[in-house]
Amino acid sequence: MPTGTTDRRTTTRPALRRARRRDARAALLFLSPWLLGFAIFTAWPVLYSGYLSLTDYDVLNDPSFVGLDNYRELFEDPKVTLALRNTFFYVAVQVPLYVLVSLALALLLNTASRRSAGFFRTVFYLPNMTPPVAVGVLLLLVFNGQNGLINELLGAIGIDGPAWTTDPDWVKPAIILTSLWSTGSSVIILFAALRNVPQELYDAARVDGANAWQRLVRITVPMISPALFFVFVVNTIAAFQTFTEAYTAFFGSGNTTYSNDAALFYAIYLFQQAFEFLNMGYASAMAWVLFVIIMVITAIQLLVSRRLVYLEGDQ
Amino acid sequence: MTAPLRAPVQPTVAAATSTARGDDPGRDAHDPAARRERSPERRRPLAVRIITTVLLLACAVVFTYPFLWLLSASLKPRGEVFDNRLLPETLTFENYLDVWQEAPMLLWLGNTLLVTVLAAVTVTVSSALVAWGFAYFRFRGRGALFALVLATMMLPGAVTMIPTFLIWNSLGAVNTLTPLWAGNLFGSAFYIFLLRQFFLGLPREIFEAARVDGANNWRIFWQIAMPLTRPALVVTLIFEFQTAWTDLMRPLIYLRDSDKFTIPRGLKSLLDQFGFGGEWHWEIVITASVLTTIPMIVLFFLAQRHFVEGVATTGTKG
Repeated sequence: MPTGTTDRRTTTRPALRRARRRDARAALLFLSPWLLGFAIFTAWPVLYSGYLSLTDYDVLNDPSFVGLDNYRELFEDPKVTLALRNTFFYVAVQVPLYVLVSLALALLLNTASRRSAGFFRTVFYLPNMTPPVAVGVLLLLVFNGQNGLINELLGAIGIDGPAWTTDPDWVKPAIILTSLWSTGSSVIILFAALRNVPQELYDAARVDGANAWQRLVRITVPMISPALFFVFVVNTIAAFQTFTEAYTAFFGSGNTTYSNDAALFYAIYLFQQAFEFLNMGYASAMAWVLFVIIMVITAIQLLVSRRLVYLEGDQ
Repeated sequence: MTAPLRAPVQPTVAAATSTARGDDPGRDAHDPAARRERSPERRRPLAVRIITTVLLLACAVVFTYPFLWLLSASLKPRGEVFDNRLLPETLTFENYLDVWQEAPMLLWLGNTLLVTVLAAVTVTVSSALVAWGFAYFRFRGRGALFALVLATMMLPGAVTMIPTFLIWNSLGAVNTLTPLWAGNLFGSAFYIFLLRQFFLGLPREIFEAARVDGANNWRIFWQIAMPLTRPALVVTLIFEFQTAWTDLMRPLIYLRDSDKFTIPRGLKSLLDQFGFGGEWHWEIVITASVLTTIPMIVLFFLAQRHFVEGVATTGTKG
């Protein structure tokens, strides 16, 4: 912390302690909104959802304690298995693809002149402004198997496109491709990192005869690895909780007529259990399982990153 | 309160480690623009430059086309909606008249605007207060407490979602707009992080001088620190404006009656009714989608510099 050092040199210790106590009182006032919010909307809910996960609760009647039954049930629920399988598939395919596409676009931006880079950066961000509900609607229309734009384009080059929105094998690919439309924010983050890579490194590499691919793999990627890692971790966490686009397009009151198993992501099933079937205890257990999964995956990513991410001045 | 995870603006772990390492927050202030001038683009062969420009343009088309398609479809009569032409064969504004007939669009827009403004303003002020508490004052346990703030961002929304619903339910606030914004009165971890970084970048001497001149804590915060933080406050305002405007999950949880709906929730109900519900009036759904999106596009063009800078900062701080 840059603060505090000057004080220590100029003030005597008791005076400093007095100042700190005064500071602590004032700080408490400023921090009070968060402290209050933390107690009411984070600490208590975390504890209470832990408790609820051990009960059967439908809001109308009092929770009844059932021990670990919800967790046991959960591991035998074929829909949970299905939702987990869908979600892991989504994370495993979407996240690497998303990061790769973002990186490719950022590299492409980096070749442009300053002014046009600014323009294209704005254009790339535009889809991020589209509300996810509208993205869900667009998904249904653009990927429609009969008259959607994608299949029309595929038809133009002689490919008979699949029924993206109804064929269980193609529903997830359609959702994943749609999600790539909003890479804009990651592109901006990676592009900002690219611009911070010192030009001298490239000049030196060029002198040593490194080709473009070597410069990319040996200089660019290591130098922006903190930003890459950041994008990777954040998108993994988000992908595990993906909800709105898939829910909009494949679930909801008017859409009970056909099977939408292929789009049943974990967050969607959890939402249904909690707010459509009012199985609040069961849904709480599901939430804790999700929490543990995300924690474990993030911890693994952090461990791996120690080896892979280059931090200036660290080594 | 933890906002639903949005990929672009969630910082975390990386951010937390950077603070833990004690990075100078002012470090990122150096604009890399100067370096940029020396970039090798002028030395690139013409052919390469043409290829990259063509690729960039192609990507730009991919990124804008779906929206243009939607806009164009909303201006077509029902029978031509799916003809995939960019320019409507028959141009009509009828859908825009119909959509007001079919749904209380104005009411939904009003509800959304109310929620959005309240959410953005409350979260900005409360997060700034808390951020200032962390940035300016020195007290025991500050580091640990701030780590706790950052840790809350790691918590999946699903864990707190149900008890939070039960709180609002017991307060009789279900089926009102309150749960959609009132949690913001208590600040939000990501914005606290963002604003604290900004506060730390301000020279401390200004505030010490003000203190010597007799300004109290509140004046130092409200009249000196806040005006100096305007860029970060604007970023907070517009990010939250977007988050609140586009949110679907909370309106799904809390709103029951159609006259309480926000516009994304209303759009979902129109999709259920006119898209799947056997009525097949996609032109209504499409037009409502355009109306849901347009305010965000307008916001973006008003504040695009802040969006881009805000997003870029979340990454480089990490």
